[in-house]
Amino acid sequence: MILYDYPPLAECYAVRLLAALLDVPLEIRSLDYYPGREHETDEYLDIAPLGSVPALDTGTAVLGDWQAALIHLAAHHDATGQWLPLGDPDRLVAIHEWLAVARALAHSAGVARLHELIGQPAVIERCRTEAHRLLRHLERHLWFGERAGRRWLVEGEQPTIADIAVFVQVILCEEGGVSRLDYPAVRRWIDSVRGIRGFVVTSGVLPLDPTAPVHTLA
Amino acid sequence: MDPILWNDWHVVADATALQCDRPITTRLLGVPLTVSRDAQGAVHVVGTDGSPIVSDVRHGFVWACLGKPARPILSIAELAEPDRCVTTAGSFGVHVSAGRVIENFLDLGHLGHVHAGYLGQEPQTAVEPYEVARLPDGGVHASGCKVFQPVSSPTAQSGFVVEYQYKVERALTASLYKSSFSQPDRFDVIYLFAQPLDEEHAIAHVLEIFIDDGVSPAALRAFQQFIFLQDKPILENQIPKRLPIGQRMEMPVLADKTSVAYRRWLAELGVTYGTVGAHDGGLPA
Repeated sequence: MILYDYPPLAECYAVRLLAALLDVPLEIRSLDYYPGREHETDEYLDIAPLGSVPALDTGTAVLGDWQAALIHLAAHHDATGQWLPLGDPDRLVAIHEWLAVARALAHSAGVARLHELIGQPAVIERCRTEAHRLLRHLERHLWFGERAGRRWLVEGEQPTIADIAVFVQVILCEEGGVSRLDYPAVRRWIDSVRGIRGFVVTSGVLPLDPTAPVHTLA
Repeated sequence: MDPILWNDWHVVADATALQCDRPITTRLLGVPLTVSRDAQGAVHVVGTDGSPIVSDVRHGFVWACLGKPARPILSIAELAEPDRCVTTAGSFGVHVSAGRVIENFLDLGHLGHVHAGYLGQEPQTAVEPYEVARLPDGGVHASGCKVFQPVSSPTAQSGFVVEYQYKVERALTASLYKSSFSQPDRFDVIYLFAQPLDEEHAIAHVLEIFIDDGVSPAALRAFQQFIFLQDKPILENQIPKRLPIGQRMEMPVLADKTSVAYRRWLAELGVTYGTVGAHDGGLPA
């Protein structure tokens, strides 16, 4: 599979992270997204008509939506079925609900981060306010979950793609001026995700265990 | 406002990325600016009231001076060498003072930790002795720094001992010279221009002037951005966000020799903007 990648984007990290956790090799094609705007070129639009980054070429289709890429990886490359429990409709529904939260975080915390990082236009205060509203929602869910013995976003012993999708947005949010200081349950959950066997970092994300092997560029 | 900063040229935008229909709003030393390109291709920098700000386009960047330019925009000798691959590597916001951005760039000690596996590796993180001197026109020159780097550049095929030199020619401009992988007797050059948005926010503008060994500008950019984004969380967690240049502000160690020289020079220049403790008169000699 080929991943059209711009490493600083949280959504690209989500795909690389899940692929690493599933031990699925990806052929990385690095795009000059910024400042080169390579994703707006005709060549790239021919490959990925949405012009979105990342895009995952599965061999049979090019998935221009990062969450579709997560679903594809989990549905086809996870023999355990833990990341996307296709046979469990209630958990599937809950996963989709959290994927929507991840998307809302991308449009608030993620936009704030890209505004601070590369000057992408944004109504910055509105983005931050919305990000905090979502983080409070996440905090409540995780805090009550801890009391109910639930460690991950969705009921069950193992993490799902919901954890990956929300994690990549939350772990980079401080770069957009959205502090996680007031969300202790979120911070504990972040450490749980970072503790998953096979977890890989990206620039801006530190490993839970500093002696763990370093990550690679491509 | 410090005259040395007010009357100096600062990068305010990457000219190569500035498009006609997409003006950039930014700030310089707290002053809001709009940078735009007109249909004829000319670049304009104006204040909020539309009044023009002294500006120029040089080395791939848009430069502005809020006061009266005391000196020309610095010249870069390596840009005249024909066998160079030259590219701007993007402009990245950092929530820290411009001085902190420059200082981090000068820091040899962090390479093996923050950039482990690329610009250094554990446990070989000790910084070997190196020389720090003054440049003839003022400024700081560090030389003779040697670091083993597993992956020193996008085209490096193996690790090798890289020689480093640093120059700080202007208060908020630093350049790095490191042995080229393909021609180890010559240097790849990286310039860092730190644009002070305000006292605690900066934009890091990077210019790469590499020996052209077939490397593409896109690959140079990708590598540099990967490295810079590793620095960003470290930089943003520094407290205070302003650069301490007063006596007794922080305890430097020998590996920080370049940083000490940089802070001392800023104090001599009378830089107080974006710093703390300057009234102490700088670090002891």
